[in-house]
Amino acid sequence: MKILVAIKRVVDYAVKVRVKPDKSGVETTNVKMSMNPFCEIALEEALRIKESGRASEVVAVSVGPAQCADTLRTGLAMGADRAVHVEHAGALHPLSIAKILKALVDVEKPGLLLLGKQAIDDDCNQTGQMVAGLLKWPQGTFASKVALDAESKAATVDREVDGGIETLCLDLPAVITTDLRLNQPRYATLPNIMKAKSKPIKKVSPEDLNVEIRSDLEVVQVAEPPKRKGGVLVSSVDELIDKLKNEARVL
Amino acid sequence: MAIRSLLGALRNRLILASCSRSRSLSTLVLAEHEAGCVKASSLSAVEAAKYLGEDNSVSLLLAGSGPSVQEAANHAASCHPSISRVLLADSDKFTHPLAEAWAKLVHMVQQNGSYSHIISGSGSFGKNILPRAAALLDVSPITDVIEITGSNLFIRPIYAGNALSTVRYTGSYPCMLTIRSTSFPLGQATTQLKPTAASIDMVDVSNFGEGELVIIWYQRDEFLCSNSSQHRILAPVVFSDSTYDNNALGKSKYITQSSQDTERPDLGSARVVVTGGRALKSAENFKMIEKLAEKLGAAVGATRAAVDAGYVPNDLQVGQTGKIVAPELYMAFGVSGAIQHLAGIRDSKVIVAVNKDADAPIFQVADYGLVGDLFEIIPELLQKLPDKK
Repeated sequence: MKILVAIKRVVDYAVKVRVKPDKSGVETTNVKMSMNPFCEIALEEALRIKESGRASEVVAVSVGPAQCADTLRTGLAMGADRAVHVEHAGALHPLSIAKILKALVDVEKPGLLLLGKQAIDDDCNQTGQMVAGLLKWPQGTFASKVALDAESKAATVDREVDGGIETLCLDLPAVITTDLRLNQPRYATLPNIMKAKSKPIKKVSPEDLNVEIRSDLEVVQVAEPPKRKGGVLVSSVDELIDKLKNEARVL
Repeated sequence: MAIRSLLGALRNRLILASCSRSRSLSTLVLAEHEAGCVKASSLSAVEAAKYLGEDNSVSLLLAGSGPSVQEAANHAASCHPSISRVLLADSDKFTHPLAEAWAKLVHMVQQNGSYSHIISGSGSFGKNILPRAAALLDVSPITDVIEITGSNLFIRPIYAGNALSTVRYTGSYPCMLTIRSTSFPLGQATTQLKPTAASIDMVDVSNFGEGELVIIWYQRDEFLCSNSSQHRILAPVVFSDSTYDNNALGKSKYITQSSQDTERPDLGSARVVVTGGRALKSAENFKMIEKLAEKLGAAVGATRAAVDAGYVPNDLQVGQTGKIVAPELYMAFGVSGAIQHLAGIRDSKVIVAVNKDADAPIFQVADYGLVGDLFEIIPELLQKLPDKK
């Protein structure tokens, strides 16, 4: 079985983002970019499944500008066998990405599609669900545990839901999106980074896949959130209780 | 065949009729229910629908099986003045809220009802279902809306709440969104019973999952009756849509759910939230936080570090990837204040931080900060705080 993993290049999670003065977006030039943390977890899970002998190949996919190749290279260094880069320079919303991924699934015919539960830049949490809907595949979102049964062609997925953990059984092929607690992604070792340089990255365009990019969303402006005004330091528990009672009136 | 073409003509007429109505607003709210009641987070979505515009007629879609969903429908019909109609899908296919069945139900109901907007709360239920339904309807959904400034203009946080994006929806109907329930609190009016209950209509899902779908809308004459023989058939509509072939139903099965039984208030809607971080050092020590919460009548929260270390279950995590809270009082003990955590507490009215490290970023957002050892401060607080009960 082949596993397809979708990965996204985003502003590094540790960077404190700045809104552009013209309010057109967030400053992304000269800012450290990395693989979206949830995508790392998805890729790690795919690699573990392969290492346990239940998958034959792990293919990493990314959609975006030329620099996405760097992110794919990181994925190859972690252990992916090959990569597909769908090159597109402009802004893309999850619906377009989902259509592109569906088209790739039709070509690659994987038994499992893994994605992160959300990207930490747009915080949408949509792509996995949308591609599952388009493919008419079952979905296991917010997965914190995945167990594959090759014989019955099914996956048992523990999902992090509001009230606790929910367990589902999905017929393969399926779409699974990963939550934080699924695993601890590995670091790419130096030898593997060197090896990754010789692994293939196939470039395709949305047109090659017959996917028309259109957008039904328009970003009007991006602004700073209102700042919380600076607070005060208190020196004792008594003072704190007094302030909460008499100043803030929340006790 | 003749019957089918007749019904086809009827459907076309219905679609035409709905097109001419399309300029007026009509909203479908996807609702979650529990123990015979509609969940508060779903009612926040009803509240949000008010901001889309005047004359917005709001329908609530409930799905489930058996007496509990019937009870929830009765609750829904009278619990919020904005709800004018309750659509009820009662079938064992909806015993558990699986995305495959729900997304298809939404698709089917939308084709029959042509709503201008479809909303749900952005909990794990809404985030799981709504994007899938949006893909079936070929529209872009909008996640985690915190402000609605028109029927197609929305504000939502991006980059873990470090920027607010204003987006305009320019696509075709329906416009689909999930809303952050803490941004649309329920007003006082909703606690009172409505003088006239909304009508409850049954969605017939008996052929759900076949290649061809028959949807029959029943009008329930008396909203408490549940015997289907008393239902009056309004209009039978047949869909034979190729998208229903090879569908995903039955490909996912519910196995089990482990829920954390707790008597404390719900984290998402609590008036006071007490949170502990890594500095608590153990699950044993975390009990101090629970004790303090008990004393304040508060919900307990945790940081990712505390959850990963196994002090508490993950459904208590507050932050970008956990729950978003906006209580009147938020108290953080041994929490450093990482970007991802602050994303979940930014809208709290008063933030109190207790931390040994005076340079911890949490102090930049805290209204009241106390630098000190939480192992001394919490017991002192426990002793000196007035009892809530």
